[in-house]
Amino acid sequence: MRNEAYGLALVGAVVSVLLILELLRRRKLSEKYAVIWLVLGSVIVVLAVFPELLEHMADLVGIAVPANLLFFGAAFALLLVCLQLSAETTRLEDKTRTLAEEIALLRQQRDEPPSGA
Amino acid sequence: MLVVIPAYNEQASVARVVLEVAAALPDADVLVVDDGSQDLTAVRAARAGARVLTLPYNLGVGGAMRTGYLYALRGDYDAVVQVDADGQHDPAAVPRLLEGLLTHNIVVGARFAGTGVYVARGPRRWAMRLLAAGLSRATGTRLTDTTSGFRAADRDAVRLFARHYPAEYLGDTVESLVIAARAGLTVTQVPVDMRVRAAGVASQSPFRATLYLARAVLALGLAGIRSRHALPPVERSDDAAVAERTR
Repeated sequence: MRNEAYGLALVGAVVSVLLILELLRRRKLSEKYAVIWLVLGSVIVVLAVFPELLEHMADLVGIAVPANLLFFGAAFALLLVCLQLSAETTRLEDKTRTLAEEIALLRQQRDEPPSGA
Repeated sequence: MLVVIPAYNEQASVARVVLEVAAALPDADVLVVDDGSQDLTAVRAARAGARVLTLPYNLGVGGAMRTGYLYALRGDYDAVVQVDADGQHDPAAVPRLLEGLLTHNIVVGARFAGTGVYVARGPRRWAMRLLAAGLSRATGTRLTDTTSGFRAADRDAVRLFARHYPAEYLGDTVESLVIAARAGLTVTQVPVDMRVRAAGVASQSPFRATLYLARAVLALGLAGIRSRHALPPVERSDDAAVAERTR
């Protein structure tokens, strides 16, 4: 790979880390989601600066083309993030469901106060 | 006793069902849970004399029922009977369900169990067979009509369902029984007649029946692998808790 390609990777990594930090700063991203993205961003920066790390790791796990290790790692990381988001959505749905129930109960209480209480 | 009628866009039949229940069971309180209907379900139910809980958006039968159980728990009712808003359940059979509560925590009013005329064919029939077999195993009792929404629950079951009642499709009928069995509650069924739906039609196309089978398998499978809920402790009313603290 030529040096320009590493430069591109480095720019991409730095931009994504800066974006995450900016979202965090503006309170648009809560800590629990930020951590995983910051970790991923840092990994990309490190790999962009020291590409031979990737080659060593690919060699260790027996992958001939280092880029394939990168693709595998990226797909796996994205899968984990998607799973986390699904789990989070489920949790939020549970919470909104509970709130909807409480609203229905409160509205009924307001409209027809219990007689004789 | 509280009769809970979950209703989603049932303006055509809900008032009749409410009046029928009130006539058949004069001592029962009738609660219609309007599951985010866009029609006049809530208005007509209230005009017929029911108490009405209106959910801000559609939660599905399971969500509506959990709201009903929560209402029953807070109102300290000794039993909850679920009756569908489309008029297919005959309130005259409720005393028979309640009789079952003397010995069991949950009673399911079942078609196919002797009385009534209801025939299902093809994938829908296989789905019903499969659910019946799976749930009979889970609950340790012979159940033939597991998707029946005509059921009675005692105080323990109300306590459990007020907190843990599945909102997913088929979860309200299928998974709820598994949750109950795993919490140590007992289930039984009594035969009941089902009437033809007063309004609307049941989906019977082969494609939908097959989809139903797939969802039944999924619901049963998920219910089988999910971790169990313990029966929640008895919650005392706020008054009792305050009295305790100030003593």
